[in-house]
Amino acid sequence: MTILIWVIIGIVVILLIAFVAIYNGLVRLRNQVKNAWAQIDVQLKRRHDLIPNLIEMVKGYMKYERETLEAITKARTLAQQATSAGPAERGKVEGELSSALNRLLAVAERYPDLKASQNFLSLQEELASTENKISFSRQFYNDAVMQYNNQTQMFPSNVVAGMAGFKPGEFFEVTVPEEKEVPKVSLT
Amino acid sequence: MWQQIRSNRIRSVFLVIIMGVVLALLGYFLGLYFTGSGFGGLFIALMIWAIMSLIGYFQGDSILLATSRARKINPDDLPRLYNVVEEMKIASGLEKMPDIYIVDDPAMNAFATGRDPKKASVAVTSGLLQKLNRDELQGVIGHEMAHVRNRDVLLMALCAVLLGTIVVIAWYGSRFFIFGGMGRTRRSSSSGGSGGEAIIAIVAIVLMILAPIFAQLIYFALSRRREYLADASSALYTRYPEGLASALEKIAGSTEQLKSVNQATAPMYIINPFRKQGMSAQDLTSTHPPISKRIAVLRAMAGVSYEEYSKAYQQVLHIDKVFIPAGAAAAAGSVALRHAQPETAEKLDEVQRIRETTNALWNAQKYGIINCACGIKMRLPPGFKLTEVKCPHCGRINPV
Repeated sequence: MTILIWVIIGIVVILLIAFVAIYNGLVRLRNQVKNAWAQIDVQLKRRHDLIPNLIEMVKGYMKYERETLEAITKARTLAQQATSAGPAERGKVEGELSSALNRLLAVAERYPDLKASQNFLSLQEELASTENKISFSRQFYNDAVMQYNNQTQMFPSNVVAGMAGFKPGEFFEVTVPEEKEVPKVSLT
Repeated sequence: MWQQIRSNRIRSVFLVIIMGVVLALLGYFLGLYFTGSGFGGLFIALMIWAIMSLIGYFQGDSILLATSRARKINPDDLPRLYNVVEEMKIASGLEKMPDIYIVDDPAMNAFATGRDPKKASVAVTSGLLQKLNRDELQGVIGHEMAHVRNRDVLLMALCAVLLGTIVVIAWYGSRFFIFGGMGRTRRSSSSGGSGGEAIIAIVAIVLMILAPIFAQLIYFALSRRREYLADASSALYTRYPEGLASALEKIAGSTEQLKSVNQATAPMYIINPFRKQGMSAQDLTSTHPPISKRIAVLRAMAGVSYEEYSKAYQQVLHIDKVFIPAGAAAAAGSVALRHAQPETAEKLDEVQRIRETTNALWNAQKYGIINCACGIKMRLPPGFKLTEVKCPHCGRINPV
């Protein structure tokens, strides 16, 4: 009889340790997701801050491109209003901003004076790098979300996740309208 | 996503332990031979190792940076490099931005140091900055970040210290053996030398000769493995293996040799700084895998993941050995490659890159700049004493 009690106590202790370990693992992954999201946020804000400078610089050269400039200002305002929204909503507005920005940069190609200006070149480097940083932080975030989601859905950690209320994370995709239309060229 | 690094680390730690055993054996038998006490020798060997490790742990990165004559730069000096490093810092998920150093050397190379990811530095040569475009630079920096992130820097420093200790002990041991041999013989004959003593002497001699060679081979094997892993990680960070492949191709094609480097620091670099032109054999005594093979593996990748890299590795090298355990790699999943950077992002041609790099080097040396009204730029060394300087072009006198 006493042996049986000890066995039961042993099993309970093992289960308890497993529960704590899994719970802590989930918390760690969830924090990683949160941290990765904060990284994206920093880069998106950086882009919002760069746009007024860009418009200010470009304005003098592009007198006849009012529409393009207005579109980008509007997209930026919308994106700034959505800063507290979730990943899906934000991905959409930031996508709009990306496509407006690409259009402006494409138009800028037609102005050789502007392209030759040193300030424009360094601003363009800043913008290109910020775009890269956004996509790299998105990449890291999505990897973190996938890892977290796998953990919340796989046995046995899904039991702990269900009991403690860990909700699956949301992926972040910046949907740029133009990007989808790029045809893939295969050279082989 | 990071399990494969862990399993790789276990194998690396195993190799380090073998090296430690070699050191212990060497110390034990030398002690037994010279003083008659094996544990005394073991104790001395471990003491030397501990002292060298402490120095290496706390001062290793500054010693390395100083001996390679690297100069620290600010974000404003070289925005392109700073941005690329920051991009890779984000992609690799490092918490803290590493310090950036630049080495004034036309050879193309790069290395990373720092005992933990929170206190890391990345150094690149000016030759590398001048000749690589943005995608290629990204691949190289990604490779260095992978060394930091995978803690290769700490591991390789630990091994370098172990190797160094073994070499030093074997060297001094052999000197004592040759020059102190006479006194030793007399003492052993007075105690009536036996067969046991002779065996100890033979074991000690064999260990003195073989231990440094053996340790070096382990060190090289370890280093090569970490290089492949860092290449795989770089491809994963950039999603663009072609960038690193093309960078390695350019580096392989350059004939410049790095000036300030030595055997112990060689594994820290992206390519072996001692390589000879045209070296391609899978050499046991090389710290790095042959460049041609690294390029071929990177180019054979169809998607980006550790599994894809492993597949490409087997395909190119024609071996069945699994590079990264399949179970760990499968969980990560494969991601599509990205396309090359569009032309607009590639604004700098080589002339501009050279100008940018040279400017950064002048700034890092704290040279002052004076703009003359005629459009000439003059650079003054940091110790410049005069209060005014004459423009060599138009003859105007400019105040300093």
